Amino acid sequence: MAKISFHHSDGNVDVLDVDPGTSIMRAAVTNGVAGIVGECGGQAMCATCHVYVRPEYLDGLPEIGDDEEEMLDCTTEERDGERSRLGCQLKAGEAFDNIEVDLPASQI
Amino acid sequence: MTSEERIVIVGNGQAGIQLIDSLRREGFAGPVTVIGEEEHFPYQRPPLSKDYMSADKAASPLPLRAEKFFAENDVDSRLGVQVTSIDRSGHTVSLSDGSTLGYSKLVLATGAANRELTVPGAEASGIYGLRTLADAEAVQAQLEAAGTIVVIGAGFIGLEFAAAARKRGLAVTVLEYADRPMARALSPVTSAWFAEAHRGLGVDLRLGEGIASFATDDGGRVTAAVSTTGRAYPADLVLVGIGVIPRTELAEAAGLPVANGILVDSAMRTEDPDIFALGDCANYPSHHAETRTRLESVQNATDQARHTAKSILGRHGDAEHYRELPWFWSNQGDLRLQIAGIVQPGDETVLRGDPASGKFSVFCYRKGRLAAVESVNQPSDHMAARRLLAQERSLPPEQAADLAFDFKAYSKAAAAAA
Ligand SMILES: Cc1cc2nc3c(=O)[nH]c(=O)nc-3n(C[C@H](O)[C@H](O)[C@H](O)COP(=O)(O)OP(=O)(O)OC[C@H]3O[C@@H](n4cnc5c(N)ncnc54)[C@H](O)[C@@H]3O)c2cc1C
Ligand code: FES
Repeated sequence: MAKISFHHSDGNVDVLDVDPGTSIMRAAVTNGVAGIVGECGGQAMCATCHVYVRPEYLDGLPEIGDDEEEMLDCTTEERDGERSRLGCQLKAGEAFDNIEVDLPASQI
Repeated sequence: MTSEERIVIVGNGQAGIQLIDSLRREGFAGPVTVIGEEEHFPYQRPPLSKDYMSADKAASPLPLRAEKFFAENDVDSRLGVQVTSIDRSGHTVSLSDGSTLGYSKLVLATGAANRELTVPGAEASGIYGLRTLADAEAVQAQLEAAGTIVVIGAGFIGLEFAAAARKRGLAVTVLEYADRPMARALSPVTSAWFAEAHRGLGVDLRLGEGIASFATDDGGRVTAAVSTTGRAYPADLVLVGIGVIPRTELAEAAGLPVANGILVDSAMRTEDPDIFALGDCANYPSHHAETRTRLESVQNATDQARHTAKSILGRHGDAEHYRELPWFWSNQGDLRLQIAGIVQPGDETVLRGDPASGKFSVFCYRKGRLAAVESVNQPSDHMAARRLLAQERSLPPEQAADLAFDFKAYSKAAAAAA
């Protein structure tokens, strides 16, 4: 089991325990974490799964791929040069075992 | 609309579910009922022909929204129930469970159904379509034991499935009646590149060869697909991907105009001011295609849902006309196709990049203006094209072809100036 903490802009936190292989997007959509839409089903095509990874968890994340790079340029809330990632591209067990992310105020 | 008035949505797919979300976001607090004939909780279709077909045992369907979304948004969701008829004058719909439901506004988000083959042997077991989670579960369950697969139709879904099956090491033949894959939606250049790429992955792609019949064993299970050339291709499993037919039956029976989809205006309203239609089932006047069209894509379903919510609630102001730029993607194994705009036959094409490199874009010009861009493994061009085309801006063909020209910066400047 891996752990994901979603910090909402109003200060609320959702904490989920997820199986290895589960992306941040899938975890959020399956469990109804508000603020993540996942409209393209995790294909790095819609940028509605944008998250800001908290700095202490940035080490160890996989590099940003070509698709992700372009989508991050089109997020609704402004991209953060360090912390912005697509939730569909970060999977438990591969990218993290424990991670905390801040959610943008809007995805669309 | 007052909060006493019920909105009834037929179909809980990509369009219907987004519509609920958008109605609530727009502040509609009144009753909403959504009716879906499938037993499954609403889920996303695109992964079904891709990730879901992988050998990964953990593959599971991705919901459109979590279960609690329906409770939190006070939505009356009925699963496994079909709407069987519409009484327009009485403002009611009849359901398969025998009940009747009144509506103030009715929305048809009924999607599409797979076109079925009628050739001899088509009713054999082992032959599948791929539209629903039930279809995908049935196919996935057979893949483990299958060795040889025949796919009928080299469209998006057929080729996505073919690539996924190749990844699992299965032998795959694709029969396509036309002389090139995805002919309906792609320029000849990109289509030809995909034909070669799939062959490179080991797919036996047979162009200009349709399906004539299926051979079966004594138990009525398919053993081979016989093509129009008379050649028999052995098959443990056949996947049919020959396109879809819009689900217009309810609208038609209710006397609403239908022609390749339920006819709607640019606000997604049918001829009846209290009935709307959107997504795969709707035929709308497309601003970008400059003609009526019916699209089958996630973008189309979700953007039309956001628009329809505003139409229902009268929130458009002076932006009644739906004019979102269509875009689409199809991931075929590791081959990434992205399309911005709508490619039409006869478009003049300009190549950016070298197809031999595996990364390129095709710029499609119509009447001298940029109308669509196809990108292969080139997400930067795709996003730049989306930005530019959404502003209805063009780009001289010489610049499109010039790799030294910074297309991304150009599109960003165009978007910023808008
Ligand atoms: C395998 C597959 C892969 C795809 N891949 C992509 C892709 O990569 N990219 C992309 O952009 N698009 C893709 N699509 C297309 C995309 O999924 C559709 O365009 C989208 O789902 C359309 O949404 P919709 O709500 O209009 O229709 P649907 O999602 O089909 O939903 C309609 C629902 O209404 C129900 N219904 C119909 N009639 C009734 C009735 N009378 N009573 C009750 N319920 C009813 C149906 O059972 C269905 O569940 C794919 C589709 C499939 C099948
Ligand atoms: S879910 Fe669409 S980009 Fe992540």
